[in-house]
Amino acid sequence: MKYKSQKVAYWFFALSMLLFGLQLVYGFIMGFAHVGLDGLHNIIPFNTARAVHTNLLIVWLLSGFMGAAYYIIPEEAQRELVSVKLAYVQLISLALVGVAAIVGYHLNYWEGRKLLEIPRELDYLVVVNVLLFLGIILTTLFKGKRRTTTALVLSMGLLFAALLYLPGMIPFDSQVKDSFFRWWVVHLWVEGVWELIMGGILSFLLIKLTGVDREVIEKWLYVIVGLTFLSGVLGTGHHYYYIGVNKIWLIVGGIFSALEPLAFLAMALFAVNMYRKGEKKHPNKLALYWTLGAAIVSFLGAGLLGFAHTLPQTNLYTHGTLVTAMHAHLAFWGAYAMIVLAIISYSLPNMTGRKLYESTRGRIAFWLSNIGMIGMTVAFGVAGVVQVYMERKFKMEFMQAQKEVEVHFIVLILCATLFTTGIILYFIDFYKHGRPTDEALETLSN
Amino acid sequence: MLSKKQARAFFLGGTAVTFLIFIGLTIYSFSKAQDQSNEGNITEAVVRGKKIWEDNNCMGCHTILGEGAYYAPELTKVIERRGEGYIKAVLMTPVDWAPNGRKMVAYGFTQEEAEDLIAFFDWIDDIDLNGFDTVVSPLAKDEN
Repeated sequence: MKYKSQKVAYWFFALSMLLFGLQLVYGFIMGFAHVGLDGLHNIIPFNTARAVHTNLLIVWLLSGFMGAAYYIIPEEAQRELVSVKLAYVQLISLALVGVAAIVGYHLNYWEGRKLLEIPRELDYLVVVNVLLFLGIILTTLFKGKRRTTTALVLSMGLLFAALLYLPGMIPFDSQVKDSFFRWWVVHLWVEGVWELIMGGILSFLLIKLTGVDREVIEKWLYVIVGLTFLSGVLGTGHHYYYIGVNKIWLIVGGIFSALEPLAFLAMALFAVNMYRKGEKKHPNKLALYWTLGAAIVSFLGAGLLGFAHTLPQTNLYTHGTLVTAMHAHLAFWGAYAMIVLAIISYSLPNMTGRKLYESTRGRIAFWLSNIGMIGMTVAFGVAGVVQVYMERKFKMEFMQAQKEVEVHFIVLILCATLFTTGIILYFIDFYKHGRPTDEALETLSN
Repeated sequence: MLSKKQARAFFLGGTAVTFLIFIGLTIYSFSKAQDQSNEGNITEAVVRGKKIWEDNNCMGCHTILGEGAYYAPELTKVIERRGEGYIKAVLMTPVDWAPNGRKMVAYGFTQEEAEDLIAFFDWIDDIDLNGFDTVVSPLAKDEN
């Protein structure tokens, strides 16, 4: 760690880990409900568990991204954050809005719009919170000694993510329009600007971990985010095939979303090549595992599995089935969860001064969580394909088909247990690093 | 070999062009002649129904237009499959509805609320879904 204010990141990461843990609890509630064990139905019905599970994911990832920005921007801009106090205010308000939303979901206080369930009143607080965050980051960058591509791409991603939240707040009487503009937020976040954030973090980590020249890494960063937008923006069309908008989206969405895996493939190849090319290997092997893992698994989950049901001819049958859950789990895990875990693994020893670079626990955490998540993805995939055939080919009743796929949810729960064990080990590692301290400040530049 | 400047131009140029096309297509698909979203038939009851749908996060279990949570049935074309009487019974029952053991929250809606929701489903059913309705609509129809 080179600047004292980078320590703020630690608390964003800690909040992130807390919410991640809670997210898993609600995931299990849903998994058990799918096999008929719904004892909590009266307190936490499925729709509550679902809203909490997905919203916690979004908030913990955002908290992770914010932590990443608070860590990366000072180092890239070569100056302290403009205000540490305001950063803490932002952290606390983020936590409070998150907690209020989650408590609300248990009291039927929400807006039932998939993934954007936060009620309108709290939306405004989210906007204020994000403005404060952006204010701190952008002012720091502006006042900094240098403006690197890595910092610009990361900040641009964060800024656009904030701007794109707004279309989701426009009220519509039509369910079709509501859905259409909801995807402006959700799709353009996860298959657009969040990839800028991911790219920015990935670039920073590769510069630090491989020692490859910044100019080379940042040049390819531009190419990758360029590919992402070239395919991802019009790729939004894959959400528009069957929701009541014009047929033009079948063609546009079909072609451009079929190109989306290229951006992820480029990202995976880029990360692996930079690692191979690098001569100065950083001793933090765990951070390297998570970094390369993120690039590779995001290609599998977001790229390949997304492609598996993105063509209109396939999507006609898979739209609105568990096949979507299959893709979503591995995509979010690979692209976003793993990159947050990567930046945490890299920055934690630097902030706390405890260089637990090669812990066995850390390695087991990496492998267990990945194997568990791949198992979960397979379970969802099999359940989804069976559901498609039974319901949409053989015209079986919804619940009849659900009974048939119950067994796959048992497999899902078993794999989720493996995954959770890995994550618990990661939490233990996080805890064992201790608190951030000014004693961890280094003067050497790398 | 590609320079950093060229790479940046590729990123900025590509993004600007695709985003402009995206905005253009959005305007095109909601223009009067191309709109297939059944906008003209939205009544006050449909709007009230949509609000009830959102206030209770029905999408947190069901899917509609193929969007939702895959825990409970798709509700596009539900009136055609089940009939209004069945739907009203589900919406107004004071005890958990639990077909095949999977429970739905007992919302105990009033007659008016149930009718608003049915108006909403009815409106959904007349949207041109590019063929998705043919995949979901015959589902339970064969069973009835």
